[in-house]
Parts: sequence; structure tokens; C-alpha cells
Amino acid sequence: MRTAFFKTLEDLAEKDPRITFITGDLGFSVVETYARRFPKQFLNAGVAEANMTGVAVGLALSGKIVFTYSIGNFPTLRCLEQIRNDACYHRANVNVVSVGGGLSYGALGSSHHATEDLAIFRVLPEMTVVAPSDPVESALATRAIVQHPGPCFLRLGKAGEPTLHDPAVSFTLGKSIRIRDGADVTLIGTGPIVATCLQAADRLAEKGLSTRVISMHTLKPLDREAILMAAQETSAILTVEEHSEIGGLGGAVAEVLAQSDGPRVPFRIVGLPDRFCRVVGNHDYLKQISGLTVQDIVREAGRLIGQKV
Amino acid sequence: MTADSRIDSCQALARDIRQSVVKMVHRAQSAHVGSSLSMADLLAALYGGGIIRLDPKRLDDPSRDRFILSKGHASAGLYSTLALKGFFPKEWLDSFYQNGGKLSGHVSYPGVPGIEFSSGSLGHGLSVACGMALASKKDGLTGRVFAMLSDGECDEGSIWEAALFAPHHKLDNLVVLLDYNKIQSLGHVKDVLDLEPLGKKWESFGWAVREIDGHNMSEILGALSALPFTTGRPSCVVAHTVKGKGVSFMEDKLLWHYRNPTADDVTKALAEIGGAA
Repeated sequence: MRTAFFKTLEDLAEKDPRITFITGDLGFSVVETYARRFPKQFLNAGVAEANMTGVAVGLALSGKIVFTYSIGNFPTLRCLEQIRNDACYHRANVNVVSVGGGLSYGALGSSHHATEDLAIFRVLPEMTVVAPSDPVESALATRAIVQHPGPCFLRLGKAGEPTLHDPAVSFTLGKSIRIRDGADVTLIGTGPIVATCLQAADRLAEKGLSTRVISMHTLKPLDREAILMAAQETSAILTVEEHSEIGGLGGAVAEVLAQSDGPRVPFRIVGLPDRFCRVVGNHDYLKQISGLTVQDIVREAGRLIGQKV
Repeated sequence: MTADSRIDSCQALARDIRQSVVKMVHRAQSAHVGSSLSMADLLAALYGGGIIRLDPKRLDDPSRDRFILSKGHASAGLYSTLALKGFFPKEWLDSFYQNGGKLSGHVSYPGVPGIEFSSGSLGHGLSVACGMALASKKDGLTGRVFAMLSDGECDEGSIWEAALFAPHHKLDNLVVLLDYNKIQSLGHVKDVLDLEPLGKKWESFGWAVREIDGHNMSEILGALSALPFTTGRPSCVVAHTVKGKGVSFMEDKLLWHYRNPTADDVTKALAEIGGAA
């Protein structure tokens, strides 16, 4: 996903000199090509995220299209007030990019687990929140946020995520992508965990259940229509996210469903429990002990529609 | 304009700013009068001494100088200056803090001509000023950026992140005006979190520093007319000031970071400040 992001950014920066990329001194082996090709549109702000964000706002208020970049919580929570007051309030064209959403950084520990960012960014006025599921969505999201004038948060995975989409897939901020259709249950995922949702859908199909799978790549603005349609056309909704079960995708979908006049559907959130992941282990291992595997999704989906699967 | 008449006219503007501030704060029953009074002479020099290259009629000129009030709580001082210099109608000052008014307690953008950036939370303005100065350099423009900082906000780590950044990028189009009035929110700076030696700190970070008496108009104009102090380096003016300057019973009193003046206080204050209202 990182590679798709940089490749796209390089294409865009070549055509638009306003694009300026600032890193908080991270991105070894991925930022170098961009930095070499576009030295005037590149900046390493050092390990100083609050200043990085403020500088980004100053550049944006002077007409630049700015990306701030770092990993995990560094470009997001460390400088949250700069993002709120300076970027959001001023509707500045600052795009905050975080690599390593969720538990991607595995054994590096809790400091590197970005597991509350969606909830926090979702409540910021003016903020657009995007969590692409695969390299194709990453590339398309990067193009879309360059076009979008206000602040955006782009939450990326790390590397090696499988490609789920045809490159020609239609992508619009705020409009989810239905990857597979079905009637028994809808799985709504955000970020790379959508791949796990597709595997769960395969497993459910083996058991005779048809599953709709939606990539909710934009958490804000949220595609309410797709959610309400799923409530109408399928028997249950399960949201899946590599993020706290509080306030993220599940919370956002619940807000829509609870306030809708449409039919009530069984609904459940699959996310990370409300605690720090203190166990040492790699990404897959941590997802496994946190209840984010194919089996967990299949089990929850079955429970939701009252079938043993 | 001769040097003397320039000083006289800046001093007159400073008096007008101070009078306006006292009246605004009284009308609004708001705080922070002392913080506006301490920087009044600096603002008067900047806006009245022909220093800032900013035309109220061409506020979208990409080459304009920009001013950021990082100590956003001193809004009455900046709003008064801008109104007196024709950036917006003086009547707007009556709406300070009022329901549905145009002027909020901390400077706010957009909607107020001459305000480039909204502040209120300390430690934000200098980084944004760095970004603007950098953009100006990248685009080959002549615009400079002035950032007014309080002493108290130098407690914020983000100020020192920006203080590292600006010299590294040789932003000699960036100017910090440090309103060193020696009082912060809960006490004297030296008792809360001592900043000394403050000028040397900025110098050691790579800034070209001048320490001046922030109420001596000749010194202020002298410094601001000599920018940048060193080519290739950002400039920092450490202005030694007095909180509440111009009104004897407010001077160097913590109370006047918060207290709003009564009608009697206003009468006494205006008489002390003198000049045309």
C-alpha cells in the first residue's frame, strides 16, 4: 500500500508543483525516490510532528497541497491539536498520511499500534477519513484527496497487502465499493481487513450463506446509503475493523442504523477489544489473539443470523 | 516623514491602540487586557511605522507580509490596530465577544480582514509562520512573516521544534516578536518556568537575536528597520515589555491578565494613556 501511495504521489507531483510532501523523519527505503525526483516538493521536518503539522498548514494556507507522513500515531495523535485547530479549522489542504494502521507494526509494541485513530479523526469537523483496503484503493484514494480541498486522513496498512480490486474500479470519496453481493449477511470492512472479510465470505458460501462484502474506504463522509441498503436487502450487518471496537467503523455504522427509520437488522461490531495489546507478536499473531481472523468473522456472522457455521 | 515624526506617529497609534483595548475589554467584560497593552508599541511600530508591507485593499496579494498573533488571547490589541489602520470598520470592535459578533476572544480567521491565522491555543503560530515563510521562499516571493509570541508560550515544546526548523531552512524572511512581559497565566515567568537566558536560547538555536526595550519606539523601529538582522537567518526580537504597560495600576500585575476594568478603571486608564481616543 505504501508503494502504491508513493508511486501515485510521484505521478501527481510531477504534474502539480503545489504538491509538497513532509515526513517526520520516517520512510526509509520508500521516500527516497520521491525525495530525489522532487527535491523542491520534499521536506524532512525531523522528529517533530507538531511543527511538521503547523508548517504543513502554513504551506497549505499559501497555496500548497501538503502531505504529512509518518507511522502509527506519530502524525496523528502526537499533533492532534495542530490537526484540529490549524488544519481542520482553517480548512487547510493538509493530508495526514499514517502508515501502519491497526496492529501492522506487531511486535514493536503498543506505542506503534494505531488503534484509536479512526474514532478520533472521525469526530474532527472538516476532516475526511480514508482507510483504503488494498493497493488499488490506496492509489485511487491518493488521487482523490489531492483533488479534495480540505484536510484528509489517509490511513494505510504497511506492505504486502493483497490486491482486491481491478485497477479500473470506480472510486469516489464517500462512496463505498461493493466487492461481492449476497443476501444473508453484509460484511462491511475498512482498511486491509477487507481481504479477511472476503475470505470469510468464501467460507460462509461453503456453508450455503451468501454474503455482501463492502469496502467502506471512506469513514467520513460515510456512505449512509450503502448501509441503509444493506439493512434493507440483507438479513444482518457485521462491521469489521482493525481498530478499537469503540467509535470507529462499527460506531459510525451503528449511528446510521440506530437513527434510521428503515428495518431493524441484527448488527454487531468486530473490532479490537478496549484494551492495549500487551502481548508480543507479529501482525498476524496479534490479529489472531484479538479476534480478527477469518474464523472469528465467520463465527460472528453465523451467530448474528442465528445459524451455526 | 522624518525619524522624529515617524516615532511620534507610532506613539500616537500606540496610544490609540491602548485606549481602544481598554474600552473593548471593559465593554466585553473580558480578560487579557495586560497582554494587549504590553505589545501595543510593537504593533504600532509594525503597522504604523511602515514596517509591514500589507495593503488592506490587497489582502490576497501572494507577496504580502503576513502577521500571525500566536498569543491569540491578546486579540483586543490586534483587532484595535487593524481597525485603526483601516482593515475593517471600527464599529466591528463593538462586537468583540458579543453574541453573533464578528470578533471572537481569540483572533479568528477567516472573516476578519488582516487576520491570517486563528490562534488561541499557545505554541501553534510559529510553526504555521515557518510554513508560510517557507512557501514564500519556495515561490521566490518577497513576503515576510511576523509572528508575535508570548513568553509563556515558550514553555510549549512546539515552539522549540519550530525554533529548530526555521534556522535550518534559513528562513531569513521570518521574524519572531517576543513580547517578554515576564508574567504568564499563574505568575511571574521566572517563578513558573524560568526562560532565562531567553535571548541566548534563541541565539543558540541559530536565530539572529536583538533584545530591545519593547516600549521604546525608537529602539523598536530601529530593530524592525534592520530586518533581517543576518542574511540567511531568521530574526528574533526579544522585546522586554511590561504587562499592562501604559496604565499604572495594571503594570506588572498578574491580576490584569484576567480582571476586566470597571467604568472607573476605564476613566482613570484613558486619562493616563492620553491622546485622542
